[in-house]
Amino acid sequence: MTATEERANPIGFGRMTRKEDARFVRGRGNYVDDVRLPGMLYGAVLRSPYAHARVVSVDTSGAEAHPKVRAVVTGETLAGLNLAWMPTLSNDVQAVLATDKVRFQGQEVAFVVAEDRYAARDALELIDVEYEPLPPVVDARAALDPDAPVIRDDVEGRTDNHIFDWESGDRASTDEVFAGADVVVSQDMLYPRVHPAPLETCGAVADFDKVTGKLTIWTTTQAPHAHRTLYALVAGLPEHKIRVISPDIGGGFGNKVGIYPGYVCAIVGSILTGKPVKWVEDRSENLMSTSFARDYHMHGEIAATREGKILAVRVKVIADHGAFNGTAQPTKFPAGFFHVFTGSYDLAAAHCEVTGVYTNKAPGGVAYACSFRVTEAVYLVERMVDLLAAELGVDAGDLRLANLLRPEQFPYTCATGWEYDSGDYPRALRVAMDIAGYTELRREQAAKREHGELMGIGISFFTEAVGAGPRKHMDILGLGMADGAELRVHPTGKAVLRISVQTQGQGHETTFAQIVAEELGIPPEDVEVVHGDTDQTPFGLGTYGSRSTPVSGAAASIVSRKVRERARIVASAMLEVAPEDLEWEKGRWFVAGDPGQGRTINEIALAAHSSLELPEGVEGHLDATCVYNPPNLTFPFGAYICVVDVDPGTGQVKVRRFVAVDDCGVRINPMIVEGQVHGGLADGVGMALMQGIAFDTDGNCLGASFMDYLLPTSLECPSWELGETVTPSPHHPLGAKGVGESATVGSPPAVVNAVMDALAPFGVRHADMPLTPANVWRAIQGRPFRTDLAIT
Amino acid sequence: MQITVTVNGQEHTGEVEPRLLLVHFLRDQLSLTGTHWGCDTSNCGACVVWLDGTPVKSCTVLAAMADGRAVRTVEGLERDGELDPVQQGFVNCHGLQCGFCTPGMMLTSRWLLDHVPDPSEAQIREAISGQICRCTGYENIVRAVRWAAEHPGTLVSGGGQPATEEATA
Amino acid sequence: MQVPAHFDYARATSVADALALLARYGPEARVVAGGHSLIPMMKLRLAQPEILIDINDLTELARVTVEGGELVIGAMTRHADLLDSALAHEHFPIFRDAERVVADPIVRNRGTVGGSLCQADPSEDLSAAFAAVRATTVIHGPEGTRSVPVREFHVGPYETVVGPGEMLVEVRVPIRPGGGSAYQKVERRVGDWAVAAAGAAVWLDGDGTVADVGIGLTAVGAEHFVAAQAEDFLRGAPATEDNFTEAGRLAAQHCQPSADQRGPVDYKRHLAGELTTRALRRAAARARGQEA
Repeated sequence: MTATEERANPIGFGRMTRKEDARFVRGRGNYVDDVRLPGMLYGAVLRSPYAHARVVSVDTSGAEAHPKVRAVVTGETLAGLNLAWMPTLSNDVQAVLATDKVRFQGQEVAFVVAEDRYAARDALELIDVEYEPLPPVVDARAALDPDAPVIRDDVEGRTDNHIFDWESGDRASTDEVFAGADVVVSQDMLYPRVHPAPLETCGAVADFDKVTGKLTIWTTTQAPHAHRTLYALVAGLPEHKIRVISPDIGGGFGNKVGIYPGYVCAIVGSILTGKPVKWVEDRSENLMSTSFARDYHMHGEIAATREGKILAVRVKVIADHGAFNGTAQPTKFPAGFFHVFTGSYDLAAAHCEVTGVYTNKAPGGVAYACSFRVTEAVYLVERMVDLLAAELGVDAGDLRLANLLRPEQFPYTCATGWEYDSGDYPRALRVAMDIAGYTELRREQAAKREHGELMGIGISFFTEAVGAGPRKHMDILGLGMADGAELRVHPTGKAVLRISVQTQGQGHETTFAQIVAEELGIPPEDVEVVHGDTDQTPFGLGTYGSRSTPVSGAAASIVSRKVRERARIVASAMLEVAPEDLEWEKGRWFVAGDPGQGRTINEIALAAHSSLELPEGVEGHLDATCVYNPPNLTFPFGAYICVVDVDPGTGQVKVRRFVAVDDCGVRINPMIVEGQVHGGLADGVGMALMQGIAFDTDGNCLGASFMDYLLPTSLECPSWELGETVTPSPHHPLGAKGVGESATVGSPPAVVNAVMDALAPFGVRHADMPLTPANVWRAIQGRPFRTDLAIT
Repeated sequence: MQITVTVNGQEHTGEVEPRLLLVHFLRDQLSLTGTHWGCDTSNCGACVVWLDGTPVKSCTVLAAMADGRAVRTVEGLERDGELDPVQQGFVNCHGLQCGFCTPGMMLTSRWLLDHVPDPSEAQIREAISGQICRCTGYENIVRAVRWAAEHPGTLVSGGGQPATEEATA
Repeated sequence: MQVPAHFDYARATSVADALALLARYGPEARVVAGGHSLIPMMKLRLAQPEILIDINDLTELARVTVEGGELVIGAMTRHADLLDSALAHEHFPIFRDAERVVADPIVRNRGTVGGSLCQADPSEDLSAAFAAVRATTVIHGPEGTRSVPVREFHVGPYETVVGPGEMLVEVRVPIRPGGGSAYQKVERRVGDWAVAAAGAAVWLDGDGTVADVGIGLTAVGAEHFVAAQAEDFLRGAPATEDNFTEAGRLAAQHCQPSADQRGPVDYKRHLAGELTTRALRRAAARARGQEA
């Protein structure tokens, strides 16, 4: 089929169903737990029941005597291999298996390798660990108290639980604006600890070949190349002898960026036994020990004129990072991109201070589609704008329309230094208000209030900063955040694109084929996308922070254009004209002024591999490689409106409608983009209303199963109403901005604003997420509770 | 103990421990890895299969309990190389992303359509409310089931095709 | 993944066979029906029976019928089947209300009425529904058959009067004219256990007086899942909104909720009252034929 024939699929951008679905709908996906190797053994991790305790002794003799057990690994074993501790993504260290103390409930203490998974589980009960319980640090706000127990006494000389202080913006000018402002509104708010909870938990199959010295590890990773480099650094294995394969991944959302002790244990288990070792955590292990997100205790202030001009925002944050500082974000930014809390408004000044603290909880903080803490930033500023609107007695929509950045202000440098690339914010908000029927909704609300019915309308407007990032500013553990891409075009014109980013459901095999299709004019079904295997793909930092399309998508575009330019030279030889006399239309080069004289990419590909004589210095073939170093981040944005009904007698919240207008620049496959938004909106409803992990005074995790950590079902989610505007990114080769996290970032404040709007007749200003029925009812009573601690 | 289970129409006899969970019998002994597990506590529904014609959560059913009974898994949805309309609907309407909940969702959807051929959106949402999807926000799953209801005949296809109107929000 | 410890397994072919197996294996044997309460406990190794006696083949216990003026619900009746039972709904709409909010549709396909009652979770829904309609449980054992009012069935959290060697076979609910019933539950999310829930059954005289009433409460520490003081207050009183509110106040006053992540004590107590009032209101409307 040629490009000019009538065909159903787009050659390039547009809606098309996903190439990867053929295997998934048949149950033929290949997830980590589906990997089975000859002689494979199974691992299980023994975990600490205590949040903080000294490990007095670990007796493994009972487990070792189990007939099906092949190896038992403890912290002591690992210490002998210099592997008891591993580096985190934030230049801290984390215990692989505890040696001195356990520092959170669920921390890894020992690892059993057995012939089957049931036996491995049984053997855990045969390990005797003696603990000496210590007082835990549970409340992040008390972590820096002088009498707080010191968690990280493994670090010599450490006498407190302080990790870092970090600030952004200009303190003096911000204080000055605040001092002179007519109106200042402040609010304490918690963005509670949540867990990304992909439906597939984390796991690995490690296979160390003693003869070749090669380690192959199939693992749930969003960043296979970064994992390979880290394994080389952790285990001291030569990097070219490590192959990381990320097969099909059952959702990531940031949970699968870091390296977990279980992965390292599986590797050690394979090295010790000479057999492949599979370790897959159960759901409680996933929720108790792997990367959580948020846990930001924020104090926000907003300053404005009496007329409603927003002037400045000021924030202080206590950031609970858990027992080890394992957050994943560019090195220079210990609070991630939180300093985009300036939001979508033209502020005269802004300043934030973030203090990171250790607590006796699982490590993490940056995960769950948060765009490196843009989530917390958007929540903060959007709640503050609503609080300001309430204070001024103006409509929250009008206040936003009056203060949003105007299109002519782009590129716009905000008060904390970000350069927003492009946008038409008021247009997006108006589109959302039109879809929602905003004026009519406000009328309905007023009528309902007369009868004591509680209806709320909440708006949020978000600006994201995604696509990390420019190498000069951004690295993780010294690895710059540029992505490679390789494109081969076979003699018959079929292509293979190799990329470093890894899909966890985003549909890379389709979207990236469409990028090549768009650039070369060949059908997307003729483009095979290879990813998730470090032996097969070029280096890159992986899929998180909505960076796949902004960074690797750009790389795919650039490498395709390189191929196109090579094709031009071959075509010029075929047509015996100078390359500069050729013009491109999708799929073929033709002679300027003589469109009949041209050659398709297919014809050129065959010729490039033939004996056709090529110009001096041109070696043949069309293959190309590139590395894309983004010049700036991209700044997707959107306007969301949520409508809720609240039962005043029970505190139950029903999300009736949700309108989402996203602008992520050019949409490569709108169907996939909309799917990404749908999923993020459900996340927002979940976080706002039910998700949240609290800890009791002993440090017990109170969200350690899906019975306790609630995720939204089909019945809590309304039918999403989407709209769009398209403002291309000026610096991205495709004009695309990335959309994977937009809805997760943007939706929680819309839901919370809606609930607070519903509760306004009771004088309620704020209650923290999750807004469970109990919390809403308590808010109505004027006594909302702390959602990070056990309810008493 | 020895059990015999008819899976997707084919009889399988195997030696199992009484404690073996049905999901592990299917995945580890029969290599039918299309059935997933996600939570251990019968909350997520990734492990849904049919047991004697009814969707159940196979992480909370013993293989021994399936002895002498019939099980249908995602591998048994396709017939003679043709996708079930539910499978086709999930493809056409972008009803899946990571694919992990998909087998369970499709089996429940097939069961719903067998009993309620023309379900409303509310009926679909109710039917899948014991199963968690972390990717789609459920919107396109609902559309996929509606698509299958509207296209009850069998179809041949699956992926890499133009998106239908149903997938155009 | 969580997996149970070792146990033996036997499949009963009849009630008599099940009782014989229970007699043979003694107190470490457990009956398993749907398994949706027991197997998760076994995976966490909080329950470690030595042998499971599977009664899923006892289809004679999977029935919803009317016999001798009583609605009879067999212990092996799946939640989904009680939910769908037109017969049960005709006489006691409370069961459809309650079954609609028991766990989720897939769990309801497998879980059984008898299993839920015998698990005796203090937040279980049917216990409150059966308490409201004053059901009687029928228990078979080596000594024969005995009937125990459901209000005496539970002896504590996770404990019932069903002794070792015995099994629950059915629940019977007397059908009386002039009645209406309803169930109201607040949950944090669909499929979750109740934060609190109330079931009410109301029988009205021709003049609108409450001839009899049953009020069941779950998840709020009500003794035997019953709001006795509220019932006593309402019996013989006019079925008015004010009286339903007062009954709710009494129900709230006399329950003993404890705080957990579903909510603090004051909220649960408030819900006990609010939901009692709502359930009474709806039950009375149904008794009057005003609502399905």
